[in-house]
Amino acid sequence: MRRASRRKFREILISLPSLFWLSLFFIVPTLFVFAIALKPANPFGGIGAGWTWANFRSLANPNSLTVAWRTLWISVVSAAVCIVLAVPIGYYLARVSARWKGVFLMLIIVPFWTNFLIRIFAWKVLLHPEGAVKKGLAFLGLVGSQTSLLYNAGAVVLVTVYTFLPFTILPIYAAAEKFDFQLLEAARDLGARRFQAFIKVFLPGIRRGLVTALLFVFIPALGSYVIPDIVGGPGGEMIGNKIAQRVFVDRSLPQASALSVVLILSVLAPLLAVLVLQRKREKSGSLLSVNR
Amino acid sequence: MSEFLEFRDVSKRFGAIQAVDSVSLEIRKGEFFSLLGPSGCGKTTMLRLAAGFEYPDAGRVILDGRDITDLPPNKRQVNTIFQSYALFPHLTVWENIAFGLRVARRSKREIETEVEAMLRLIRMSDQAGKKPDQLSGGQKQRVAIARALINKPQVLLLDEPLAALDLKLRQRMLIELDMIHDQVGITFLYVTHDQGEAMSLSDRIAVMDSGRIEQVGSPAEIYEAPRTSFVAAFIGDTNFLEGEVTSLVDAEYCQVRIADIPGVVCFNDKSMKPGNPVYLSIRPEKIHISRDRPEESSRRNILPAVVEDMIYLGSTTKYWMRTHGLRIQVLRQHFRFFLDEKPIRWNDDVWISWHGDDGFMLDRYRAVDEHLIALPPQKVGEPEENGGKP
Repeated sequence: MRRASRRKFREILISLPSLFWLSLFFIVPTLFVFAIALKPANPFGGIGAGWTWANFRSLANPNSLTVAWRTLWISVVSAAVCIVLAVPIGYYLARVSARWKGVFLMLIIVPFWTNFLIRIFAWKVLLHPEGAVKKGLAFLGLVGSQTSLLYNAGAVVLVTVYTFLPFTILPIYAAAEKFDFQLLEAARDLGARRFQAFIKVFLPGIRRGLVTALLFVFIPALGSYVIPDIVGGPGGEMIGNKIAQRVFVDRSLPQASALSVVLILSVLAPLLAVLVLQRKREKSGSLLSVNR
Repeated sequence: MSEFLEFRDVSKRFGAIQAVDSVSLEIRKGEFFSLLGPSGCGKTTMLRLAAGFEYPDAGRVILDGRDITDLPPNKRQVNTIFQSYALFPHLTVWENIAFGLRVARRSKREIETEVEAMLRLIRMSDQAGKKPDQLSGGQKQRVAIARALINKPQVLLLDEPLAALDLKLRQRMLIELDMIHDQVGITFLYVTHDQGEAMSLSDRIAVMDSGRIEQVGSPAEIYEAPRTSFVAAFIGDTNFLEGEVTSLVDAEYCQVRIADIPGVVCFNDKSMKPGNPVYLSIRPEKIHISRDRPEESSRRNILPAVVEDMIYLGSTTKYWMRTHGLRIQVLRQHFRFFLDEKPIRWNDDVWISWHGDDGFMLDRYRAVDEHLIALPPQKVGEPEENGGKP
């Protein structure tokens, strides 16, 4: 056997367990969901016989479009806000002295020690009409006494940003940590203003971290269920809530599956796009690195 | 030529370290000026003060008659070549060179012509589309130079630009840098710890140590007439001899007692009086070795010596001689073998001699600078040399 093919064989052998794991717990269940989505529902909450497109057809109504649109914009806005907040934080973390770096990283990670549900309930308490935040803002005259901070899309964005901010800070920090800050000096030296240097040199320098961070918020946000369920109310409903409704209220697994299929595809699409782009870039890079 | 870039009484402290200690320095227009010193002597801080990356604690930086101390780096007409080159990894060679002009919002056509011209200057027109990580060290270096020069700086600052290159490439880049300096005719401020680089490139050199300037002068002045023991020992190699002036020979020469040698003739440019203590620095290559006693002459010091150690260095051989309890380094060029006498070996009795002009009196002597001088190779099993040997 040639050495190259033997190495390839070994690579496949090594990746077999993870392939098995992925197939068993991800690919097969996903295929189940796809299959169920094409089945009719039976009146007892089970799955009927035969095949049908009806579940997908029933999705084409204005209400589900509204929810899909809301899911999309809440995810986009949350991801954008997270990135906008995480970039300066990541930059600062990479520049601050080692001692403070440890302290700040700790502060970012500490919230994870509290249960996710409890933290969201805490937000409910804070945003409640009798809660501290609402009262404080009303006292300052920033919100009217009738305005509700809870049960709307804004609350969902706020809590989503709160939840996923650490996941965006960490990859951006990791990328910034590897960034050569002398490049910023070089840019300044060549006539760039501070902000220009940041945009033209720092952001491209950490783009890998930015992409990772973006996916870390955007994809979970698309599928979020708990956050809109607790702080969203009817005005903050997302696809995740609709799926839950189909299962628990309507007792229609096929319809829930159809919605899930739409969600899975819309999550996979951006992921695949990024993968393809990266593969393309690596290919063009590796072609030349062979010459070196 | 008048001063162009000027440091006026500049100081900069980092925590407990006084990086630059009230330094005043004037660099002339068009000159290739080097800051030479060991790492941590403050030379890079001086460069960063000129670039605007550091703000001085005290003092001013003047460029072409204008106080630039308060200007940010992007407002200064100076550009820097960084030691690591700091090329933008996400941009191609072409885009790296164009960066300064793009930021300055020059027209597309202008940018194109100037970048192409720069690519020709560094002979890399065919590599314009490559990314920095596909370039060799020398190519990166050239791109860094082009990227800086395209902005037509009044002063080009170079921070150990050759340190990352291997020896042969360094020698080639030295010549290239020199040619570029001649072509563009702008002022170069060059920071290095490598005396060879500084010597071969510079019009003038400032030798720095512990945040202060020890001496400013042409390479020949620095080498031939070092004012302090630091300069003498840091640049090239030397012998330090401690002595006392015993008598004046005439207006120009005096006699110095060194150890138990009574009458060492020495050029007395410092107008020393009898009784004054002096420190002499004698370069190893100025001392002559011979098997037979050289002819007497009134300006010549002749001493018997024993060869204690020697190292063959290729073009030269270095000897450590013992005479009157002193250890003296001598460097000797090789001649064709048939002109050479019987080769000099360990423990041979020989004569060493030097002209009175070659023992140079120092203004200032510090014992620690002795550590900069090369010591003979240690013999196996011999304890660390502590100077207590007879």
